[in-house]
Amino acid sequence: MTMSTASDTMTRPPSALGPIKWLKKNLFSTWPNTVLTFVAAAVVYFVLKGVFTWVFVSAKWDPVTNSLKLFAVGQYPTGELWRVGTILLMVSFLMGVSWSLWGGTVRTFALALAVALGVIALLPVGLEKMGWTLRLWFLANPILTGLGYLLGRAPVVKSRWLLIGWVLSFVLTIFLLRGFEGNETLPVVETGLWGGLLLTFLLALIGIVASFPIGVLLALGRQSSLPVVKIFCTLFIELVRGVPLVTILFMFSIILPLFLPENIRIDRVMRAMLAMTFFAAAYMAENVRGGLQAIPRGQYEAAEAVGLNAFQTMLLIVLPQALRAVIPAIVGQFIALFMDTTLAIIVGLVELLAIGKSILNSNVEWLLLDSEVYIFIAAVFWVFTYSMSYASRRLEVALGVGER
Amino acid sequence: MSQSALTRVFYRRGVPIWRDVVVLQWIAQIVSAVLVIVFLIFFVSNVLRAAEARGLSLGYGFIDTASGFPLPESVLPYDAARPFGYAFLIGILHTLKVSVVGVVLATLLGTVTALARLSTNWLVNKIASVYIEIIRNIPLAVQLFFWYFAVFQQLPSVQESFELPGPIFFSQRGLYMVWASPTATFGFWMVFVIAGVVLAVVLYRVLTSYQLRTGRTTYPIATALIVLIALPVVGWFLAGANPLSKTVPVLGKFNFSGGLNLTPEFTALLVGLVIYTGAFIAEVVRAGILAVSRGQFEAARAVGLSPMLVLRLVVLPQALRVIIPPLISQYLNLTKNSSLAILIGYPDLFFVGRTTINQAGRAVPVFILVMVSYLLMSLTTSAIMNVYNRRIQLVER
Repeated sequence: MTMSTASDTMTRPPSALGPIKWLKKNLFSTWPNTVLTFVAAAVVYFVLKGVFTWVFVSAKWDPVTNSLKLFAVGQYPTGELWRVGTILLMVSFLMGVSWSLWGGTVRTFALALAVALGVIALLPVGLEKMGWTLRLWFLANPILTGLGYLLGRAPVVKSRWLLIGWVLSFVLTIFLLRGFEGNETLPVVETGLWGGLLLTFLLALIGIVASFPIGVLLALGRQSSLPVVKIFCTLFIELVRGVPLVTILFMFSIILPLFLPENIRIDRVMRAMLAMTFFAAAYMAENVRGGLQAIPRGQYEAAEAVGLNAFQTMLLIVLPQALRAVIPAIVGQFIALFMDTTLAIIVGLVELLAIGKSILNSNVEWLLLDSEVYIFIAAVFWVFTYSMSYASRRLEVALGVGER
Repeated sequence: MSQSALTRVFYRRGVPIWRDVVVLQWIAQIVSAVLVIVFLIFFVSNVLRAAEARGLSLGYGFIDTASGFPLPESVLPYDAARPFGYAFLIGILHTLKVSVVGVVLATLLGTVTALARLSTNWLVNKIASVYIEIIRNIPLAVQLFFWYFAVFQQLPSVQESFELPGPIFFSQRGLYMVWASPTATFGFWMVFVIAGVVLAVVLYRVLTSYQLRTGRTTYPIATALIVLIALPVVGWFLAGANPLSKTVPVLGKFNFSGGLNLTPEFTALLVGLVIYTGAFIAEVVRAGILAVSRGQFEAARAVGLSPMLVLRLVVLPQALRVIIPPLISQYLNLTKNSSLAILIGYPDLFFVGRTTINQAGRAVPVFILVMVSYLLMSLTTSAIMNVYNRRIQLVER
């Protein structure tokens, strides 16, 4: 650590160690510790050396570099890619507005998104693969984030509008991606063509958003004093939590068509989304229940004393506090769900992992390049989940959960 | 109708029934029950109609008919002529096998990592936290694909196997290692082993309670350990012939013979599950140990307990209270995650169920069977662990 600012120096405790003393204390304090340090250092050296030579010398990244479009959006038609681009722009813009209105953790997110997309746009390599139009699309994102930030500073923009904007953008995303029957400018893009990272995000987002209201109702039902309601809700939650996600995905893909009348047909992607929602609802219910249990008895009694009925007490007093307390848990659940989307490969969806598998089979020369492809996919997931969990930890601190 | 009659019918204790909490609650319950039942009837009738239209069977008569499919590996002798119920049983055994071995190894890995994470050695500490942060943020399915397709499938052929001391051989055929196989006298010897364990536990408890009651030192741990080791040793010599014989894998013309063979599918699944769950368990254990306040260590040392005793009598009992509940859910997660075996072709419960559905079109009954099996496994695990948890929880006075 370096001493950067004056205030930093002032708050630093006097016991700060010099580099030599730090080494002695943290690495060579006793004989066994010294031996341990040398063994660990040797392990680290050989692992890092192996990884570096592999990544920069022996690995053949062709299957990855030649299939970036597939990894990003799957088979989504190239002519319709502007829709995905528009959605990304919309998210960038809303991120910018959120940054100026909400600040804190959102700021980190918005900045990270803008910087990442800006870097992609200005990447000096792959000129022949990434044309100028694509670069301009990417470059527009940080600019829109900046515009959003400036707009957010205008006093007329209220937090409530921003929330409505986010909800609208979610609905708009679905319609934009799907298109409309018989429409010239927005022809239908079958869900079977959605794939890659796009589908991974969609599955997780829809799962978490759609499961939220169901989860809240289930949690309330489980807390309810009405035995019948309580039994049904508890049964649902425990049954779903007791079986693996793959069985639920499979149930929706094979059994659901049997459960519905002949004339109702739901396509494969929709069924997977329903399955994710069904599964996530049970876990969401348990998260929300955690929040409900954290509300002290006095809040209920005070609400009753003021003359609110049970319904008002729930809606106006208990739920707002409970939901605020479980935001970090819900972010955690979103991260888990994001990783769980990989299981959709079992019911034939082409999310990120399935794309990787099909790319390997698409070219004979790539047949044995499994390491490269799966490590690339792992890296993509890692970047997203790690940054999300980092942000969630910051959020926890910012919300002061558990400190009141 | 007169006012009083109206009051008698629609009012209860002076409250109109449309505002009476008890009545409203009953209505809410009846409505929700009716809704659920209507949904169920709707689904079931659709299933029945679909079954009739497509000639699907909904009964369990197929359980004792021949399964008709082979399994890539099996813990019990198996072929396609065996009944479906038997294949299903093997699936359950496979799930149990990978889960039990996985739980044990993941707990070991997790505990070691947690200790490394708590180490004062900066480098060791950082290695552990890098492992945890990398593994926890990559989906298990991706990790399994990596282990199976990128590692185990690309190992050298049997002739050029990669050898570790032991000997343990890694090749495309999986892992072959030296193992002890039971001989004819194994059953006789097992009696002594079990008797040793039982006697050791009983002695430990009796001696501990005697020591607590009278204050006289009875050395419960030493006594139990001696019994635990001595009885099997005595049994070994009484058995005459060795109850266990060492078998070493020997490379033949096409494959190894002898030794213990773990298929690449099983090994990849096990490695994936252990490394993944180990990272989660490490965080659980670390949180548990950190939850014991520093004052507890210091107070125990001040009372004169040795560091080992501090750990055993003061830190662990308190840490376990915090560790056990999240540990239960990690064990359950591992069991449920073992269903990802289907991605790499290890014939677990879900694999067998899905193969049956593909072969015979008995989706609904097979599916119910699979779900119930997983539920039973989850419920049994959590029941056992909850009993244990209740025993170690703080008894508040």
